[in-house]
Amino acid sequence: MTNTTTKVTAAGRPDAAARARLGRLHRPNPWRHPWGLEGFTWLYLIWSLVPIALAVLFSFNNGKSQSVWQGFSWRWYFADPVNSVLHSPPLQEAVVQTVRLGLYTTVIAVPLGVAFALGINRWRGYTASTFNLVMILSFVIPELIFGVAMFFVFTALFTFVHLGTLAQTLGLITWNVSWPAIIVQARLVTIGKQYEEAAADLGATQLQTLRRVMLPLLAPAIFASAVLVFSSVIDDFVIVDLLYSNAGNTPMSVYIYSQQHGGNGGPALNALGTIMLVMSFVIAIGGYFTYRWLTRGERGNRKEALSAIAGV
Amino acid sequence: MSARGGTLRPRQPTQPRRLFWAFLAAPGIIWLVLLFIVPFYAILAIAAGHVNEIFGYPVAAWSPLQWSTANFAAAWHDIAGSAAFAGPIMVRTIVYVVLASLLCLLIAYPAAYFVARYAGRRKGLFLVLLIAPFWISYMMRMLAWIDLLQTDGYVNRALTFLHLISQPVNWLGGLGVTVVLGLVYGYIPYLILVLYAGLDRIDPALIEAGRDLGLGRAATFIRVTLPLSRQPVMTGMLITALPMVGDYFTNQLLSGTAGTTMLGNTIDDQLSTPGLQGEGAVFSLLVLLVLLVPMVYYVVSTNRSSQSAA
Repeated sequence: MTNTTTKVTAAGRPDAAARARLGRLHRPNPWRHPWGLEGFTWLYLIWSLVPIALAVLFSFNNGKSQSVWQGFSWRWYFADPVNSVLHSPPLQEAVVQTVRLGLYTTVIAVPLGVAFALGINRWRGYTASTFNLVMILSFVIPELIFGVAMFFVFTALFTFVHLGTLAQTLGLITWNVSWPAIIVQARLVTIGKQYEEAAADLGATQLQTLRRVMLPLLAPAIFASAVLVFSSVIDDFVIVDLLYSNAGNTPMSVYIYSQQHGGNGGPALNALGTIMLVMSFVIAIGGYFTYRWLTRGERGNRKEALSAIAGV
Repeated sequence: MSARGGTLRPRQPTQPRRLFWAFLAAPGIIWLVLLFIVPFYAILAIAAGHVNEIFGYPVAAWSPLQWSTANFAAAWHDIAGSAAFAGPIMVRTIVYVVLASLLCLLIAYPAAYFVARYAGRRKGLFLVLLIAPFWISYMMRMLAWIDLLQTDGYVNRALTFLHLISQPVNWLGGLGVTVVLGLVYGYIPYLILVLYAGLDRIDPALIEAGRDLGLGRAATFIRVTLPLSRQPVMTGMLITALPMVGDYFTNQLLSGTAGTTMLGNTIDDQLSTPGLQGEGAVFSLLVLLVLLVPMVYYVVSTNRSSQSAA
């Protein structure tokens, strides 16, 4: 910071003429690091993540309080013979039901959505584009309204579908089929048509092209959508809440909600929430590395993998 | 496309080829008809039906010839009649959703902007931290605030320590502030990811050009970055605000009192109350109708951007 560029007067301030001449140089360096913005971002991150860290911490609380720390213990996970997740039947059933719904939904929604995406994208007709719009619509309709629609259709029209696991699974599949449908279509756009055309020129039938060319190329997208479907089912609340019928088909999110809302909150709920969190993180981290492995050799796959498993 | 390739090879797929793709799409289409379009018609049929007077279950009117206005009249009575309770709830819903969405944008934009533009080599780290809440169950995140907002929780203790309050505040006892902030906390991760993706896509050369042509930092932002981020802001706001309209659990967990009831709570309550399900269907239709324009806007713009990518 030497004063080589500015003529300084006796008072120690640049004189008016110098200031006018060098006016533009007095602007702050436009390339400097925006510390204010970075500080704001860190504040946001603290606000968004520290409460969750504390909630995880309280799942290890050696007491019934969700707000006063009383020492570390495993009692809410397995040590308590009655109230721990391991020993309480409703808590256990909640975990099982969530995993069950996640598996059923993923196994059906992903093939359904992938076939839909391929068909719609290559068919290119009036029907195809209409149904593509219908599918995108399921992305923005408030979940409550969709849940209400499902509730009515199962209680008034398709009455052979009883509320419970079947209704929940059907609702979740419809709600989540847009993940594979949208992600696979995006991937189809980036792949382009040249591989398909090359295969056709070499004499492959459409089915052969699909199996030996398209599906391998789409593998990362299909995988990413499976990860997203499974994790959104774990996280889902509204659909499973409106379509459950008894304690046997109450998933974790509904259990936490109804207990907390009913005034039966306590660290066992935090323990259940922590189990959900660990499950999601294991899927996310496993998904990230598997995606990178599937796309190995492609450029920029680290960032790509990150956005793929976040569904961006 | 047809001008260049048309002479070499027919572009229009032949009939059997199209049939193959139609066949692939068919299961998904049938599924969407049966379990997406028909269910929405079911809302209409229930709303236009009537309620069984003895048992209180809704009777659907599947044919337009049977439609009655009984449920609509009941809903109108609740909105504007003598003992109307739904009117104030609607106003509150709008106020809460607008406030929460604006707060989301005010917080999310700077953070997403920083990560997209200035995070440099630490972008990966920031991205992981931004994505983390997306992977944490909504219930767990609400539980976290329930812990903090207890009367003897850390929020009250921190505020007392800073002498900002003298008495512990009962945050979970029905305060609108708590509900709005809860909504912000719940939905902001989705907005931030959409904004980040949009801002990250802006070509840095455009911003450098702005600088080179003599714009300051603020002027560059206002005249280059902000107009270019209009699309992600719009879609991001929709993706945040639309689910908020149907949210009933945030409100229920963080307040659970009549003083903060939103439309989502009303519909949820009516759905589980015999005799009121028909009216719940009417309110659901109302929400759909009001949100139709923004939803169609989202669908069309999403579809257009995926088409232009091709």
